[in-house]
Amino acid sequence: MRGSRALPAFAVAAYGFLHLPVLVLIVFSFNESRFTVWTGLSWRWYRELARSTRMLEALGNSLLVAVASTLISTAIGTLCAYAMSRHRIRGARVLDAVLQLSIVTPEIVTGISLLAFFQFVFRFTDFGLGLDTIIIAHVAFSIAFVLLVVRVRLAALDPALEEAAMDLGAGPVTTFFRVTLPLLQPGIVAAALLAFILSFDDYVITSLVAGVGSETLPMVIYSMARRGVSPVVNALSAVLVVALGALILAADRLQRRSAA
Amino acid sequence: MGAFFLLPLLIVLAYSILSKGDYGGVALPVTGANYIRFLDPLYLRILGRTFWMAALTTALCLAIGYPLAYFIAFYGGRWKPALLFLVVMPFWTSFLVRTYAWIFLLRDTGLINTILIRLGWIRAPLPLLYNEGAVLVGLVYGFLPLTVLPLYASIERLDRTLLEAAADLGARPAVSLARVTVPLTMPGIYAGGVLVFISALGAYITPDLLGGGKSILIGNLVQNQFTTARDWPFGAAVSLLLMAVVVAALQLYRRREEAA
Repeated sequence: MRGSRALPAFAVAAYGFLHLPVLVLIVFSFNESRFTVWTGLSWRWYRELARSTRMLEALGNSLLVAVASTLISTAIGTLCAYAMSRHRIRGARVLDAVLQLSIVTPEIVTGISLLAFFQFVFRFTDFGLGLDTIIIAHVAFSIAFVLLVVRVRLAALDPALEEAAMDLGAGPVTTFFRVTLPLLQPGIVAAALLAFILSFDDYVITSLVAGVGSETLPMVIYSMARRGVSPVVNALSAVLVVALGALILAADRLQRRSAA
Repeated sequence: MGAFFLLPLLIVLAYSILSKGDYGGVALPVTGANYIRFLDPLYLRILGRTFWMAALTTALCLAIGYPLAYFIAFYGGRWKPALLFLVVMPFWTSFLVRTYAWIFLLRDTGLINTILIRLGWIRAPLPLLYNEGAVLVGLVYGFLPLTVLPLYASIERLDRTLLEAAADLGARPAVSLARVTVPLTMPGIYAGGVLVFISALGAYITPDLLGGGKSILIGNLVQNQFTTARDWPFGAAVSLLLMAVVVAALQLYRRREEAA
């Protein structure tokens, strides 16, 4: 880190390393040719993307799974965080350890354990792998993240506000819905966005617990990426990066406001 | 939480000590053979390769992440939040798309080879994709954001008067970096390092897509046993071993933290 110019130059290179690969991919999604030689601007691959029934169906599945699992995991995660902060639960330390363990567990291990779990349950029911198992799996892995995000917000909450509501005659349920929940809202929204992104982008766990005919968008990208490069996947990638980028920006704003 | 995380894990534990069933499931009798089988040099080599790749990834991420975090902390000024956001954002934008971008860059007809051939520097495309080097690039690219935040936090906390004192006492910048800055920011180095190390240990997508199945890691072995090989008990044993390694790495880190 000698000199005053070496470090900024290194930082520029590092940012280039982080961002250029995807930017180049986005630029080439507008290339008319299907080869890596620039021949002219074109919306051709986006039109093809919009006509692909496989991709549109996968997009529908991904959205359904992401919305459903986000709603469920946000509700459960928020309630768990509230219960853990307001009531002395026996074994809170154990619960904390389980929470941390579930976050550091490699995705592939979470995936196969959920697959084994589903197969075990199917022995006694006439269920099968499908979109519903994907939703359950996504709820399972995003609850821990929701819990952690909401907990940060809860810790910053002034307990006097809840006490004041109680003193003024509000019951515990009314207090929760009229005082606690509105105060927690930025944290909850940030947690929900996080859960949505995690769900929408997941491949490893999803591919293990998905049934035949329940393909999500990451599964389509993966199977096409294994066969090489396709300009339609370039276009799809560009759409995903822009959409997810906007969501992340929104989550970042909310998180910062909720931390302030 | 328990139902979603611990129960599936207990089923995996049970599977790992059962025998392989006739149609891919599990059967009695109880056995320790699945764990003993892992001692086969074939599997030990995969374990060794996983450790080696994870260690290399960690070293490279720290080597790139440290100067970057240092730059943001010392020269970021009012742009600090934006610069940090630019580091974190790629981590949340589709991991899959970001890996795919490297296929687009590295393959025989990819951007890098096309440019080099056009410039006349090479005649035949360089074999950049589907080898360990490609996997390493993908892992460093994927996990670099994980190191920067903890490194930034510890560098930002650094008492700058200590650096001035070192300079006043005649230490050259390189000496004060090695003897003051780095030792005082060790907590950040360990925290960022362990995050990358455990993530790389469980990597699945990167070795599969960029290694082309030629450089498989533990995560791929687990997936393989549960899908194509259909040997669930062995796959369960391997995934628990992977989990044990991750927890051990984390535990070592914790012990250090508490001692410090």
